[in-house]
Amino acid sequence: MYRYDEFDAAFVADRVSAFRDQVSRRLSGDMTEEQFRPHRLMNGLYLQLHAYMLRVAVPYGTLNARQMHKLAHIARVYDKGFGHFTTRQNIQYNWPALSDVPAILDELASVEMHAIQTSGNCIRNVTADHFAGAAADEIEDPRPYAEILRQWSSIHPEFTFLPRKFKIAVNGADWDRAAIQVHDIGYQIVRNEAGEVGFAVYVGGGLGRTPMIARKLRDFLPKADLLAYTQAIVRVYNLEGRRDNKYKARIKILVHEKGVDPMREAVEAEFAAASREFISLPASEIARIKSYFAPPALQARAACDAYEARRQTDPRFAAFAANNVHPHRVAGHGVVTISLKPIGGVPGDATAAQMDAVADLAARYGHDEIRVSHEQNLVLPHVALDDLPAIYDELAANGLATANAGLISDIIACPGLDYCALATARSIPIAQRISERFGEGERARDIGELKIKISGCINACGHHHVGHIGILGLERKGVETYQITLGGSGDETCSLGTLTGPGFSSEEVVDAIERIVNVYMSVRTDRSEDFLAAYRRVGMQPFKEALYETSKGADI
Amino acid sequence: MALWKNGAFVDDAWREIAEGEDPPPAGHVILPLDWWEQERDAFEGSNAPLGLRVAPGVPIERFARDINRFALIELVFPKFGDGRAFSMARLLRERHGFRGELRATGDVLIDQIQMMARCGFDTFQISDATTERLLRERGAPAYKRFYQPGATPEAPVDSRPWARRPG
Amino acid sequence: MRAGPMHYAISANRLRDGIVVFLGAGGAWVEQLAQAAAYPEKEQAEAALEGARGDEKRNLVVEAFVFPVRQSPAGLVADHIRDAIRAAGPSVYRDHGKQAETR
Ligand code: SF4
Repeated sequence: MYRYDEFDAAFVADRVSAFRDQVSRRLSGDMTEEQFRPHRLMNGLYLQLHAYMLRVAVPYGTLNARQMHKLAHIARVYDKGFGHFTTRQNIQYNWPALSDVPAILDELASVEMHAIQTSGNCIRNVTADHFAGAAADEIEDPRPYAEILRQWSSIHPEFTFLPRKFKIAVNGADWDRAAIQVHDIGYQIVRNEAGEVGFAVYVGGGLGRTPMIARKLRDFLPKADLLAYTQAIVRVYNLEGRRDNKYKARIKILVHEKGVDPMREAVEAEFAAASREFISLPASEIARIKSYFAPPALQARAACDAYEARRQTDPRFAAFAANNVHPHRVAGHGVVTISLKPIGGVPGDATAAQMDAVADLAARYGHDEIRVSHEQNLVLPHVALDDLPAIYDELAANGLATANAGLISDIIACPGLDYCALATARSIPIAQRISERFGEGERARDIGELKIKISGCINACGHHHVGHIGILGLERKGVETYQITLGGSGDETCSLGTLTGPGFSSEEVVDAIERIVNVYMSVRTDRSEDFLAAYRRVGMQPFKEALYETSKGADI
Repeated sequence: MALWKNGAFVDDAWREIAEGEDPPPAGHVILPLDWWEQERDAFEGSNAPLGLRVAPGVPIERFARDINRFALIELVFPKFGDGRAFSMARLLRERHGFRGELRATGDVLIDQIQMMARCGFDTFQISDATTERLLRERGAPAYKRFYQPGATPEAPVDSRPWARRPG
Repeated sequence: MRAGPMHYAISANRLRDGIVVFLGAGGAWVEQLAQAAAYPEKEQAEAALEGARGDEKRNLVVEAFVFPVRQSPAGLVADHIRDAIRAAGPSVYRDHGKQAETR
């Protein structure tokens, strides 16, 4: 993974000391809240429902063991012993005191981390495929490019006061695990006819109040032009994006209102006119950044006796291996998903002890690599299958061996009204009850791959629009109600879910989900047709009938 | 209102032209763009130094051909969160070769001054009292490490062309 | 829950640690809603809020606001779910927030 050099370390240290000064000016009364707010947001510090919340950047979701131990330490010393991993591959602390935040930032800086640009109308943490560098279906590791974008966008003098926040994702595999088509810019690594590797460029995707799927601006962008082209897109957006209405300020609205062809013309014209002098990427520099991400030297293993033996004799282990282990590009290895979705638990939360346990496993068996996925799980990307029994036992001892990756109980849920000042309804308790209803056992496995995503307001941090089943919590006359959408997907077949109809009360919503699942089970051709495929084949009607059958009965 | 330039408050040689006023022959007034567009013929043959005030969102193409007629261009930040003038400044400097005084006005706050300077601004009209006080007490922040080229000359760090220091 | 007529209380977050606080009867900030002052008329609460703004200026608290409460047999309860969760703590961790102290 990327390692800071002196320059990077000093850059972060400068910013931490500036914020330390701002915090002390604020606490001494030398600065009003209004004056301080932009500074605290610049450093990822929000004021939420119960207390401050600090959002720490995990660039493209990659951590090493030392960093994970530090995150655990911060949870223990400055918070209530836990942290929350988010759909932006970041971690949030829910209870830090303002007066402690400079010390927390110092701790983070000591392990090459920070909270810069995790908030505000700037270019946010760049995200990438959480299986990057390990998955069998990858053209190239997207993280070197995400790192270059991260550096270039840090405290950008021109792009720190954009109309609205700006999110970039990079994906390197055929399977889009980074949901690039719902980002402001999505870069998909592709190979052109000449065999060169570059990027297909998508612009103007996003969820929130007006969800939109990105439009393609370019089939192929040479690597050298990554920053120049990004600059062109963001500059057009900065100059032309709407600033009269915060709900219409994202680039998706500009692309929509301007039209994709005029948008492309404007970006290409800006790109053609700008000097490349300092912004073209030299191949040597790309290679140097790439060398930080060199994959560990894994030996292909033909036989995995220890792994096979355990699989034959231990059905729980076998279920874990089947659900939570993804093929690695090197034979005899796997990519292990550590579910942060224990049955009935809070999606994405990990205790300090759990973080330490994962860090130890990564150091011992995982080539010192950990990933945070946008599905709010952790990943050990490079594991020898023969080490899996030992890893599994250690995970189980720490309550981390839930065998539900990709299943119905692997639910994404934003913090919702339990923490978030913007929320209209709770999302976590809904996730907990659905997870309890379906579990991780035979029934969940029989249902197969099913992504449920829950947001506590229209800001859609829980990505509900791209859930196979999406749930949106709203407030109606002071009561929490939940709308359901079906058929969304964030992968390369990206689609937005369709609303089933009127919403459901908190009491009704889990039953409603069960009805939807029952319809799927009855209409699917066989086990190989997953929920999304079945929905796309049969459409909304049978689900609607099952959900609203009583009112239909009354009509007859 | 005070004018910040090169690390100090300085006297302002310029003023905004008043409504209905005829431009003085000696110049040193700042004209709104609309005004200029209507009256530009009246300046045929005049060498009086003139300034131009441009609102955010105005395409530079609208006045690009006249840029060299102006000794000063003033770009407006209506709110600190409205960052359009950052891009306009870079375009004026880097694309249109404007060499005159580039002035930031409006909601100009202490922590933006260095960013503005890196985008090509060289004078800053300060109306925020706290910013003025802090500038007098401690000057503007002066970070020395950047991750991207700006409009000012800065030297690349090692081989990373996007990481830079003041040159 | 049976609850009495609508009253109004004032809440904010403490600047130093962000913790939710309520304006008490004597004008001091208290941590439990049970100890908060409840005003029968919204105008009275608005007037008290003006006083609380002074504590914002003195950098003790931030984001002070008025919200509706009711008297119940168990004491003051917030009328809106959002304020109730603020007054108790996250409903998903009963051992976090104010509810932990009153158990
Ligand atoms: S979706 Fe709404 S409730 Fe959920 S975290 Fe985002 S802003 Fe908060």
